[in-house]
Formats: sequence, C-alpha cells, structure tokens
Amino acid sequence: MKLLKCPVNGLRPIDEFAYGGELREMPDPQSCSDGEWADYVFNRTGAPGVKPEWWYHIPSGTWFVAERNTVTDMVERTYFRGEA
Amino acid sequence: MPYRLIKFAFSKQHPEAAFFRQPAQIRDSYDAVIIGGGGHGLAAAYYLARDHGITNVAVLERGYLGGGNTGRNTTIIRSNYLTPEGVAFYDASVKIWENLSQELDLNLFYSNRGHFTLAHTESAMRTMRWRAEVNKQMGVKSEVLGPDDIQQACPQIDLSCAGHAPILGALYHAPGSVARHDGVAWGYGRAASQMGVEIFQNTEVTGLDIRGGRIHGVQTNRGNIKTGKVLSAVAGFTPRITQMAGIRTPIVIHPLQACVTEPMKPWLNTILVSGSLHVYVSQSSRGELVMGAALDPYELHSTRSTLDFVEGLSSHILDMFPFLSGIKVVRQWAGMADMTPDFAPIMGRTPVAGFYLDAGWGTWGFKATPISGKTMAETMARDQEPELIDAFRLSRFREFELTGEKGAAAVGH
Repeated sequence: MKLLKCPVNGLRPIDEFAYGGELREMPDPQSCSDGEWADYVFNRTGAPGVKPEWWYHIPSGTWFVAERNTVTDMVERTYFRGEA
Repeated sequence: MPYRLIKFAFSKQHPEAAFFRQPAQIRDSYDAVIIGGGGHGLAAAYYLARDHGITNVAVLERGYLGGGNTGRNTTIIRSNYLTPEGVAFYDASVKIWENLSQELDLNLFYSNRGHFTLAHTESAMRTMRWRAEVNKQMGVKSEVLGPDDIQQACPQIDLSCAGHAPILGALYHAPGSVARHDGVAWGYGRAASQMGVEIFQNTEVTGLDIRGGRIHGVQTNRGNIKTGKVLSAVAGFTPRITQMAGIRTPIVIHPLQACVTEPMKPWLNTILVSGSLHVYVSQSSRGELVMGAALDPYELHSTRSTLDFVEGLSSHILDMFPFLSGIKVVRQWAGMADMTPDFAPIMGRTPVAGFYLDAGWGTWGFKATPISGKTMAETMARDQEPELIDAFRLSRFREFELTGEKGAAAVGH
C-alpha cells in the first residue's frame, strides 16, 4: 500500500486520502475577464512534472498541499496552505 | 503447420510482405505531419490520402505502431451516448466499423455482441431511460430491459450481485461490438502506406516550430521537418505536445487499468458494463475475459499497474459471477487516459494556425477511431471542422458550452 504523509497524522495508507486536483490561484471574479475565469475553471497544467496539489485526509478532515512528481508518483513534501 | 512455421522462421526471403514501408530517411518537408501512430493518427492519414488526395504525409510515432492506448483499451464499440451530438458522432463511427474489415482487407475480428449497461439504482435507471430515448430519437437501437431479459441473455449472472447491489434493469444496445484493436492500427497503417503515407516508428517529437501564430514545422529526435499542417493524435501525451505549442487545455492524465483472465470456453456472448460496480467485461475471441474498471483516482503520467486495481475489480466481477472464483488473471496493464471535464473529446483547430488537436479521448477513444480519422482529415484538408465535431471544439470551454457525456462515457459516477 502506498503511503502519504498527512501534516497532522503522519504517514497513512493512500486509500485514506482523496485527491483534490492541482493547486490553483483564483482570480478576482469581480474584476477578471470571462476568458480569465474560464481558464481558471477549466484549464489545468496537464504536462508532467512536480506540482503542488490539494489532498484531503478523509478520517480527520484535513486539507493540505502535497508537492508530487506526476511521472514517478513520488511525493516531495506535504504542508498546510500558506506554510510553504 | 509446424513445418511451415519453422520454414517461415528460417527463411531469408519472407513470403509475407511487410505491412508498411519503412523509409530509412525522413524527408525535409511534408504537406502534413501527424504526431502519433495509433489508430486515430493512422486513420487520419488514411482518410487524408483517400478522401482528400493528400498523400505527402509523415506519421511520427515515438514507440511502435498501435503501442499506446490503441493497444491498451478493452475494444468496446458502441454509440449509446447521452447527448445528441455524441450519439450522432459515435453512430457515424459504428457505421464505418461495420464494413471496415472489407475496406482495409484485414480481418479485424469485428464481433457484434450486444451491449448491456446494468443499472443497480433508481438514479441509474433514470439515466438509462434518458439515454434510450435520446438514442431512439437519433435512430440508434437502444432500449431499457428488465432483469428477466438480462438473465436470459446471460444465464450465469447473479442478478442480486451477492445481495448488496441488485440489478434493476439495463440499457441494451444491440450494435455493441468488440474488435481486435491492434489490427485496426495495422490495417489503417498499411492502407495509408499503400497510398504513399510514410510511417516512422521510434521517432519522437521534441519541439514545434511556431512563428507568427502559425505552425511551420516539427523538431524530432531524427531531425527537423518543415510542414504547414500538424495533427496531434497522441492521447496520453497530449499535454506534452500542447505545452510545446503554448496552448492551455483542460486535459489531465489519469491511468486507466485493464486485465485479462486465462482463456475459457465461450460462455459470455454479450458485453456487460456496470456503472455502480465500476466494471466492464467481455469475452475475447480467444476465450479470455477482458475486464476494465474506473480510472485511477489521481493524476499520473505512467503505465504502471497496481494490485489495488485487480483486487477491487475481481471482487466486483465475483459479485456478478461467483463461479469465476477459481479463474486466474494472467495479464494486467494500464494506459494514460487524457481526461476532459465533460467526458467529450477535443477535436479541431487550435489558436495556432495549422496545428490541429485530436485529443481528450480519455476512456472512450477506441470506438471513435474511424470517424475521428475521417473528420480530422477533413478538418486538416479544409482548415474547417465538419459540423459533426463542432460540439467537441477546444473553444467550448472558453464559451462555457460543454458537451456533458459523463453519464454515458464513464463508469463510477
């Protein structure tokens, strides 16, 4: 079983976690253009590499960020948003 | 037979002609370059040559012919989709499939089986009725059947699914079929090659030459090629190519796994799909059960297999067919599925003039091989998409006009 390190609970089996997708910065919906908003809603950085992603530890209800290599599936580090 | 085989193996003069020419050198320029030597790319090359007279075409494949998702899917062909745009498109594909063996002069083992999408919940039944009505409206044979009809078509199935997911009914789609997937790539490749298309294996695209918003050529590990038209038909490698082109898309890559069992005597005539149990299964002409499940849960650019997948899949297959408990899984593998948010493909022109996308084929691309080749060839020849694929344009995301096919394209929703 693959393990992932939750910042609160430490190493836990991967099936205790849910994937939340790539970490993205939301543009200001009041001031951004329709194009910028559509880009934020739909488009993703699909190319392989190390990316910050949202992950969720289901039993404890913990959202955190994992920097993961999407080719090798190796997690480089995990941390709370803003604590990078 | 063994004698002939041994003689063939030791013969220097092979009596069977090669399927396609393999020119030693890539030329400096072509009228069109197709990236990706899978079914979709080769079909596009074939229809470019056959329908539009464009034969000065190079197909570049980083691995070997049909070694990507063309050879990794579970070979199901059907047109019982949810949106009118989807139904019309996939139905056009089924119509080409029916005579494709004759057209390509190659036995594709196209086998019409009938296709059952099982419903275990009232909400699934609602989607089945919805799909049946859309299909019938479009002239596609689909109907909702009850448990007795399912039992009759497949006497071995446990309709209660071990008691915890009883089957309430199914969407039955008579045209549902399977075919030999690698044969499709080889057939299109041979036919395209005979008309002058050049196919290069072990040739990886490393860059695109884009100047002034227009494509001027591609860079490969075997040199640069000048061309005014480039088609990307690379499934799970699409984000790498669109990154070279500087185009942002919604595509993310998730592995999709599948497996086969040891061969058995034929007992399963139909194709069975269960959204609730996240499985689809059919029996190949060789007797193996070909089985697949839902996507892996997170993004990954890899074709690794996992034990979790076979364990989960097996437990669900055993819910339906308890008598398979002693049957061994002999092979498992994965493909990289290029997923879109609305479970519909992305086809047609892009913001870069002369650069065309045939992508976003996720878990639903094999059945579309003939029609995507045909429509992409037309798009490349005329620089204008046919109406049939208008709903699949890249700009639909910018225009908030999605083509929601999740109810018909996915298991596990």
